[in-house]
Amino acid sequence: MTQAPERESETKPSRLAPVADGAVNVIFREPGRFFAMSLDTARAAFKWPFQWQEFLQQAWFIVSVTVAPTIMVAIPFGAILSLQVGNLIRQLGAQSQTGSTAVLAIVREASPIVTALLIAAAAGSAICADLGARKIREEIDAMEVLGINPLHRLVVPRVLACAFVGLFLNGIVSVVGIAGGYIFNVMLQGGTPGAYMSSFSGLAQLPDLYQAEVKALVFGVTAALVASYKGLTASGGPKGVGDAVNQTVVIAAMALFVENFVLSALYFQLVPQKGM
Amino acid sequence: MGVEIRVDGLTKSFGRQVIWEDVTLTLPAGEISVMLGPSGTGKSVFLKTLVGLLKPDRGHCWIGDRDMPHLREHDLYETRKLFGVLFQDGALFGSMNLFDNIAFPLREHTNKSESAVKKIVMEKMEMVGLVGAERKLPGEISGGMRKRAGLARALVLEPEIILCDEPDSGLDPVRTAYLNQLIVDLNAETNATFLIVTHDINTARTVPDNIGLLFRRELVMFGPREMLLSSEEPVVRQFLNARKVGPIGMSEEKDVSELEAEARMGHDPGVLPPIPPQLMPADGRLRAAQRAPGEWLRAHGVTPPAGSFVDEQGRDWLEEWPRYVAERTPVAGGAGGGRP
Repeated sequence: MTQAPERESETKPSRLAPVADGAVNVIFREPGRFFAMSLDTARAAFKWPFQWQEFLQQAWFIVSVTVAPTIMVAIPFGAILSLQVGNLIRQLGAQSQTGSTAVLAIVREASPIVTALLIAAAAGSAICADLGARKIREEIDAMEVLGINPLHRLVVPRVLACAFVGLFLNGIVSVVGIAGGYIFNVMLQGGTPGAYMSSFSGLAQLPDLYQAEVKALVFGVTAALVASYKGLTASGGPKGVGDAVNQTVVIAAMALFVENFVLSALYFQLVPQKGM
Repeated sequence: MGVEIRVDGLTKSFGRQVIWEDVTLTLPAGEISVMLGPSGTGKSVFLKTLVGLLKPDRGHCWIGDRDMPHLREHDLYETRKLFGVLFQDGALFGSMNLFDNIAFPLREHTNKSESAVKKIVMEKMEMVGLVGAERKLPGEISGGMRKRAGLARALVLEPEIILCDEPDSGLDPVRTAYLNQLIVDLNAETNATFLIVTHDINTARTVPDNIGLLFRRELVMFGPREMLLSSEEPVVRQFLNARKVGPIGMSEEKDVSELEAEARMGHDPGVLPPIPPQLMPADGRLRAAQRAPGEWLRAHGVTPPAGSFVDEQGRDWLEEWPRYVAERTPVAGGAGGGRP
């Protein structure tokens, strides 16, 4: 009997002046919430116990959705680089350096970019769809009510799995890409195997590989965070999940390309380059 | 013993849309309350705000000395362990079978051995009538079964507060009757505080100790069952009797011209139907929160509609009650069915 029955029942105008959706929301609120979630995830990553089972399952799952497409993309990527760069280099009269340019292009740039795209498209969309479906089925809410932090339980293992798999994907792209380039150069362009091999370390150096691995790691973390954020904030039923997946792929891909640029620029500033 | 929930000035909006404003009510410890309201009035949002899944714009929700919307994350997760929540569609984990779903809270929050877990899970599954479906995945069973499994999962940790979001939607009338009986029995057994969000008028009329009604962005009324069932307030009256005549329209509220047309047509709300007796625990004991039939009405000098408190067997509970109470010892405290 807390409420008197004779309350005036006119529609009251809202006393609240909420921040409108639209531009402000897109420019400030969403990124703000994304970073807040990322920080919470970082904090949750150090909470015990680590979810090994979820991590392994997710890592395996990400491998299963990314490896085949990665290889399929890496082969033509290596070949197209050989075709483009090989022609140019031949015209410049430096055919013996074909191998070194291929290695440089593939290890430094192509493989992180292919990895980035595959992680954003294949792993990111899968993570977002999974979490989004759980969100709209109220599974995430149920988990929270059962006293379990979904960031700790679901997001941390996914982010780490994505980063972990990213490292290896980058390796695969490098190996397959260079192999593709070699086959294309030697078998189709009439290059000499020995020259291709011996010029491998002409321009490339070990830090090239390190920076590529750092990139892959960062890309994996970013894509998983974007996908998790989008999945966990999905709303509006199945269509909402579809939209979230779509946005994940677009946003993650854009973010990864920006990161790629920043990391490359940093790399050139920080690591001295090898001359010929 | 259940826990009291005090909601004070709670307001929630999504963007510009205000869901409800200044909701103030107290869910008394150990009592069953029902929250009613037309579709889309934010009943589920209210439930989620109580457990801290949604943050209100203003207001407090006190569980003991803890204010849910303003708790630190760690305290929030701790306090949530007091709650058992049944979500609208059960919210089972799609990757686990029913047994693992129901065992999940036990495995997470207790150190019970696997055999102890199994015993508790099977007991709860039997309670909700799911024996034999342990190995089924949530995707393979009907909505009603999912809901019952969700209820079983909400119950395994023996929570002090149980929130049910439409436990009866999508269930057949027989199962709904069983479920209502189950809720009353659970309350008698555990003294947990219940809040049930429902559309089912029969549930609302017979199960709870208290009823609340949300409409037009506010809590129209919250109080003892008999107060609302005997209320002449047009919204309450229309809703609790499932009538077309009254302020609630198809979309939300009727406008003035519609109401005038209704009056011209000579539609009047009619006489109030009899108040049914409250559902009793099946094993015949008394709940601690049980009130004597007609107690509130007598205290407030309201005459109940003719034929009130007569059950299907034709027993008049106003007469039957003193004899019924004398025959049994109440569970705890509430002798004579009075409120402490």
